[in-house]
Amino acid sequence: MSAPGKPRRPAALLPPDHARDRPLFAVAAILVFLASLAGFGAAGAWQAAEGWTAQLSSELTVQLIAHDARDADADAVDAAAQIARLPGVIEATARSRADAEALLRPWLGGAGLPDDLPVPRLIAVRIDPDAPPAPGAIEALLGGNPYEVVVDDHARWEAAVQRSAGTVRYFALGLVAILALAAGAVIAFAARASLAARWDVAEALHLVGAPDRFVTGIFQRRFFFLGLKAGLAGAGLAALAGYALAHGAGAAGAVFFLPVPALGWTAAAIAPGAALASALIAALAARLAVTGELKARWP
Amino acid sequence: MTPNPRPAPDLNRARDPAVRFDSVGLRYGRGPEILSDLSFDLPSGSFHFLTGPSGAGKSSLLRLIYRARQPSRGLISLFGRDTALMPRSALPELRRRIGVVFQDFRLLEHLTVFDNVALPLRVAGQARASYADDVADLLSWVGLGERMHAHPASLSGGEQQRAAIARAVISRPELLIADEPTGNVDPAMGRRLLRLFVELNRLGATVLIATHDITLVRSLEAPVLELADGRLVSRPRAA
Repeated sequence: MSAPGKPRRPAALLPPDHARDRPLFAVAAILVFLASLAGFGAAGAWQAAEGWTAQLSSELTVQLIAHDARDADADAVDAAAQIARLPGVIEATARSRADAEALLRPWLGGAGLPDDLPVPRLIAVRIDPDAPPAPGAIEALLGGNPYEVVVDDHARWEAAVQRSAGTVRYFALGLVAILALAAGAVIAFAARASLAARWDVAEALHLVGAPDRFVTGIFQRRFFFLGLKAGLAGAGLAALAGYALAHGAGAAGAVFFLPVPALGWTAAAIAPGAALASALIAALAARLAVTGELKARWP
Repeated sequence: MTPNPRPAPDLNRARDPAVRFDSVGLRYGRGPEILSDLSFDLPSGSFHFLTGPSGAGKSSLLRLIYRARQPSRGLISLFGRDTALMPRSALPELRRRIGVVFQDFRLLEHLTVFDNVALPLRVAGQARASYADDVADLLSWVGLGERMHAHPASLSGGEQQRAAIARAVISRPELLIADEPTGNVDPAMGRRLLRLFVELNRLGATVLIATHDITLVRSLEAPVLELADGRLVSRPRAA
């Protein structure tokens, strides 16, 4: 016999619980928002460090320190011309005394320097980072001249920049990990509360022969989708906030770490990645919490 | 009701009693024993009543059978397997062989009567199309054909009880245990439900019904286990 009007779709075994889900959604979305911003920070730091390192490793600075009353500007122009002919050098530009004084102004003030104060002349050298001049080549080239030559290859700045960028990067990644842990803990707590609230469902399923994985599965699915929705909301807002900041304050260089289109696919993958990670963390936290609870209640 | 296909019985296993209690005792926490020295067999395919006054321990005994509790001492075997040695992972398979009618029904309020009754089949992974007619037929048989879309909260106590019975028998369990299954229905429906239990028993299921209802017990020539103060004061004769 076939009764008319049989239900076509089975009802959800775990009914929606909007009163509990809304605050959890908000907390998860905020955590994902913060984690996404931290992720953008890590990606930005990575990108910035690479840019700065590339810039530093493609430049040298040569100082000429004259010890007598020579025409230092002429020496610098002559030395720059010699340096420019070295293999691996793309360009060498002599800076004048005025340029050197401008560099010293933050330390010595704008009142002007005495004419007899020996001010080193600087030569900015752009080199091919893939085939730079041999070490010591510039010193050897200019060694016979009546002035002292100091070559700064920026190595110590490069290391400092890399250390700074690495610190920012690992700090941001640590922040992401802490926020992920916080999200997991919050969701595990919520999953336990949800299980306690709907223990009747778990018990009924258990008593009709549902294995733990079946019971766990319905809670896991519920929290996966809750985590996904919260993740999309939080990561979406973070992407908007990051974009707005990068094109507002960021355009002036005030927030270098925020994503700008130049950050590329890494940054573009952070928002959907954070949403998916949020869903997976939520599902895993719910699974562990519910499995533990079932084993505790039914040893 | 269309019987669901079931594998052919294992003849060796069939010789084991469906339920065996050997010197079983039960206490909750550090309290006194509420069941003491229970020893009895329920042979496969048998039909028994379990009687006794309120507080005698009937529901606790049933909980031991469907392994909601573990005994404090003694041995319980189900279908020839010692339940104490049974790994946790084997429990779902065991429970699928047992249908339980709870005194408090334990229907899920957010599911319709249809979905409540279909729950064991859904959990077993059966496709909805394969059981929809069986569920509808059984609901009609217990007088709930017109109420299958209703939710338990809108049903009377008797209707909820019938839905709980339908859920317990829908998967044609090998062992059916029922706690006061006719306590909330009128005598005519009580007799009708008893016929359902007898029919299941005729098809091979072992049936144990805990009841206060002496009329129900007398309506059937079935052996009686009688509990008083946690002890068996009468037990069925050996087969």
